[in-house]
Amino acid sequence: MMALRRAGGRLLIPKRAFSTSLESVEKPQKDGKMLNLFSAINQALHIALETDPRAYVFGEDVGFGGVFRCTTGLADRFGRNRVFNTPLCEQGIAGFAIGLAAMGNRAIAEIQFADYIYPAFDQIVNEAAKFRYRSGGQFNCGGLTIRSPYGAVGHGGHYHSQSPEAFFCHVPGLKVVIPRSPRQAKGLLLACIRDPNPVVFFEPKWLYRLAVEEVPEEDYMLPLSQAEVIRQGNDITLVGWGAQLQVLEHACDAAAKDGISCELIDLRTLIPWDKETVEASVRKTGRLLVSHEAPVTGGFGAEISSSIIERCFLRLEAPVARVCGLDTPFPLVYEPFYMPTQNKVLDAIKATVNY
Amino acid sequence: MAPSCGTGNHPSSLIPRLFIRRLGSIKAGESLSQECDDSNFQVLDFPGGKVNFSSELRFLSESPLERISCYRVLDDYGQIISASNFQQVRKEIALKMYSDMVTLQTMDTIFYEAQRQGRISFYVTTIGEEAINIASAAALSIDDIVIPQYREPGVLLWRGFTLQEFANHNFGNKYDSGKGRQMPVHYGCNKLNYFTVSSTIATQIPHAVGVAFALKMDKKNACAITYFGDGGTSEGDFHAALNFAAVMEVPVIFFCRNNGWAISTPTTEQFRSDGAVIRGQAYGIRSIRVDGNDALAVYNAVHAAREMAISECRPILVEALTYRAGHHSTSDDSTKYRPLDEIEHWRTARDPVSRYRKWIEGNGWWNDEVELNLRSNVRKELLQAIQAAEKTEKPALAELFTDVYDQVPSNLREQEKLLRETIKEHPGDYPPDVPV
Ligand SMILES: Cc1ncc(C[n+]2csc(CCOP(=O)(O)OP(=O)(O)O)c2C)c(N)n1
Repeated sequence: MMALRRAGGRLLIPKRAFSTSLESVEKPQKDGKMLNLFSAINQALHIALETDPRAYVFGEDVGFGGVFRCTTGLADRFGRNRVFNTPLCEQGIAGFAIGLAAMGNRAIAEIQFADYIYPAFDQIVNEAAKFRYRSGGQFNCGGLTIRSPYGAVGHGGHYHSQSPEAFFCHVPGLKVVIPRSPRQAKGLLLACIRDPNPVVFFEPKWLYRLAVEEVPEEDYMLPLSQAEVIRQGNDITLVGWGAQLQVLEHACDAAAKDGISCELIDLRTLIPWDKETVEASVRKTGRLLVSHEAPVTGGFGAEISSSIIERCFLRLEAPVARVCGLDTPFPLVYEPFYMPTQNKVLDAIKATVNY
Repeated sequence: MAPSCGTGNHPSSLIPRLFIRRLGSIKAGESLSQECDDSNFQVLDFPGGKVNFSSELRFLSESPLERISCYRVLDDYGQIISASNFQQVRKEIALKMYSDMVTLQTMDTIFYEAQRQGRISFYVTTIGEEAINIASAAALSIDDIVIPQYREPGVLLWRGFTLQEFANHNFGNKYDSGKGRQMPVHYGCNKLNYFTVSSTIATQIPHAVGVAFALKMDKKNACAITYFGDGGTSEGDFHAALNFAAVMEVPVIFFCRNNGWAISTPTTEQFRSDGAVIRGQAYGIRSIRVDGNDALAVYNAVHAAREMAISECRPILVEALTYRAGHHSTSDDSTKYRPLDEIEHWRTARDPVSRYRKWIEGNGWWNDEVELNLRSNVRKELLQAIQAAEKTEKPALAELFTDVYDQVPSNLREQEKLLRETIKEHPGDYPPDVPV
């Protein structure tokens, strides 16, 4: 129903211990401020509006700052013509955004929860994704970026927890991008907004407040379709995206205690994805594990697994492991059971290495 | 130049009797009516009925001169407005209505508090919409099927859902009829003809049309009723549902709680029509606007709507004007986007419960002592219910895999087996109150 606040300690919410992300621990930037993820998104939106007078930000409740506070201060700063509430209608938001983008603008649309992106599915899949192709390249809506919070949050139940990325990865013409941390979020979001293709950008809402790291204040972009090796290792390659990177990172630490050296890759852009980086890593380690919160069947992990088997069949020393959500709707009280937890990942790492 | 006056043998044909005037063939002062009978001549037979021609270039106004008026029975002081046209409510029903409104208020206070204490994960209040909840429910029969949003638990209360059942759901324990799978306030009860709540806005509205069609086919003496907010009227599902209902001619009541806000979005940013009520006409649906804070008006409007829906097999749209006097949910702080005195005004001067109380008091049916007793009893009962619900364990692990399909398929059986092995390895990762 909207921003979920962490209830007090009596709930059995698996605590996702947060260590500031990955690369920043090693090399903090001098010019950055410590920011959480929603503030980093907010900074990116400020910059996007500032640097391009043809950029617009809109969606349900974005005017007062959004239910997750990502659009705080934007309406005051840039005016209600450029930052505004829309009526409660996701198909309207997406369709409107496509038209706006087709006129040479940057349409930055918010869908309040990824769980509510489905009413906009037709507009995104049949319209945005095919706009360029079907017109023979005469028209495009490349200025379109759809932002939406996704994933588990501890108590979201069916409709405030879903990870629908795989649906969109099945659609040629779209890009799908998911950041893992505040610094990544800012750089990737700016790249998505300025990319000349329609992009769906899913934000890990569990990390909106929990993830804090140093984020450069300036305008910067991180490359799309480039995975990042965030930890080098020799025994097994772990691939994930978004909030799941934290779980994988902790599993790497735990595996290291057992003498297993993991290479950890953040895919960052899901389509078109960086097969080469994953392939190079698997050629080195000989083993692959993919992990995501979405149900295992038909998840994007299946695509990664299949592509890597095609490319590295003779090099693989064990079957590709998938540690993912269960094939059930996202359940409230069973959330800890549903999730691809650190120990599930760790067990799968060991099983794969000892295959 | 005489236009041909077709005889219209096929009145519903798409080849209408169009009168084509050849350009420049009429001289000033000449009139068509000299040659052809006016009445025949200025009317277009078109599917749906005759359409008059007009020589005036005139656009339909975007809004009527006056806003649609709002039906009410009780004035601000709980007195029956003298000329009002309404059906008397029996004392017994009237008192149950009041006591259920008080129970709903108490539920809201206590569950809200429980959420603040971290005992439940989420809650949504109905504060300000008690009359809508209870009075609309009172005007229905138990055979009528309710397809709710999330702000109508009072309808379920009226139908006999117990405080213990509400608590069991909100704590997601093993007695929760939803088996702990959804967030709190997503109640559902098959035996009380109350469909399970979904968080997705407006998706339930077309379901109600399908339900109503089924009732019609089965020749049931019942209707479907679906509730939704002002925000929900912006979704495509709302429009699809109204149009379907009109075309299918089904007994459904669309009940719009126009409470002024959809989270932080005021109705001025939601629509520019005169609320929801006016949309009914556009779809060919009989509609009424009612004071949502006047329990007697809501009761009467829904009562009459139900009669028409069933006896004439037609959809009816009811728009109740009210105010979401609480925050949107426990995740919201509405003082961020709306003035305190606005909230205060609706909470006090326009409170539906105290207005209704004045009426029953005026009838000599109620007094302070009964009030105090009621409130303290309900409170006690609820606190007990919450304690019991909290102590009860969660549904068993096996229920994680049931109901995805009618039977558990092999992929899920395999996943259950794996999960049970993992739990044995790492019992500390899992909540102890879920029996494995
Ligand atoms: C399809 C969809 N989009 C967005 C949301 C997020 N959301 C939850 S409640 C709400 C506002 C609903 O307002 P309204 O329909 O007026 O009902 P009210 O809460 O005022 O009773 C929104 C936007 C949702 N639940 N479903």
